[in-house]
Amino acid sequence: MSLQTDLARVRGLGSAKEGTGHWWAQRLTAVALVPLGIWFVFAAVSLAGADLGEFRAWLTVPYNLILMVLLTGVLFHHMQLGMQVVFEDYIHSERSKTVVLILNRFIAVILGVSCIIALLRVAFGG
Amino acid sequence: MAEFSLPANSKVVEGKTFPAPAGAARVKKFKVYRYDPDKNENPRMDTYEIDLDACGPMVLDALIKIKNEIDSTLTFRRSCREGVCGSCAMNVGGTNTLACINAISDFRGDIAVYPLPHMMVVKDLVPDLTNAYAQYASIQPWLQADTPAAPGKERLQSPEEREELDGLWECVLCFSCSTGCPSYWWNSDRYLGPATLLQAYRWIADSRDEYTGERLDALEDPFRLYRCHTIMNCTNTCPKNLNPGKAIARIKQKMVERR
Ligand code: SF4
Ligand code: FES
Repeated sequence: MSLQTDLARVRGLGSAKEGTGHWWAQRLTAVALVPLGIWFVFAAVSLAGADLGEFRAWLTVPYNLILMVLLTGVLFHHMQLGMQVVFEDYIHSERSKTVVLILNRFIAVILGVSCIIALLRVAFGG
Repeated sequence: MAEFSLPANSKVVEGKTFPAPAGAARVKKFKVYRYDPDKNENPRMDTYEIDLDACGPMVLDALIKIKNEIDSTLTFRRSCREGVCGSCAMNVGGTNTLACINAISDFRGDIAVYPLPHMMVVKDLVPDLTNAYAQYASIQPWLQADTPAAPGKERLQSPEEREELDGLWECVLCFSCSTGCPSYWWNSDRYLGPATLLQAYRWIADSRDEYTGERLDALEDPFRLYRCHTIMNCTNTCPKNLNPGKAIARIKQKMVERR
């Protein structure tokens, strides 16, 4: 039971003094993904049926590699930002929310870094 | 987690039917949500058959007729009966609106009437708005300025500055928008909701107010403001045809502008 006033409850712990950074990053990554996504579709179509050698040749063209790495980084960043919002919306226990948000960030970084390393290895051999 | 189904004691059951008087030519059925906290019963839908030839034109007229002539136990809020007090907000025909400015003739078939969605129900069509009102109070909805007004004068605004408040001052605080917003359903403990955010912007946009920065500071929060996901139910449902979604977008714009 709580005998707090309604105003005290609503004011709670005060404003977090952040939120705009997250929101703005989500918009920026979304905007960046539009051209990157379109480029990726064309690239994938042009590579249909290519073997590893042809793909490697394509990937060593500098601007292809740059765009692939950018696409991967932006994509996982955007995914992480978006999933965070979904978890905050629907998970109402503070403890499970904290655990899930930490996992969300870890998984996004691990997957993103792994994909970028994979791209570099294919491009530069090894 | 968010709950997606009603608890057993909140499931709505079929209620009583009050037939129209014999000889009524134009009959309209109103299915009305009933809940009585003093009885240990599930909520129910009562059906009232209304003789439209003996009833005023608006949905609120039918509810008043039910209360006066058919079933005095029906409880709802109303005051002005002309869309300026915001009391009679409820869900009519699946949309949050003001019962007093909706013509019965605009609805085809039976008319279902529920309280505003996802709020605690006090009784029948009366939702508990305590939290929503406290959230409104929390944005300090009054003019704040350190500069004293010139003695015996109003605080002046140019016509253009005054125009900034159009589409904001008309809000009657009915909370149709907030209670139509899924994000408010899930997180009304921390998200302020469209009604309160439109009001917050009404003071942010007021050229006479000197506390714009503090007002933005108070909203700079992942929940208070940024639970808005631009779903736009608020704008679709506002019975005064206002655009709370746009007001929220303007707040976000100002947040980016001042970085
Ligand atoms: S913006 Fe419209 S729906 Fe929302 S509280 Fe104001 S009048 Fe009601
Ligand atoms: S009775 Fe006042 S708005 Fe409907």
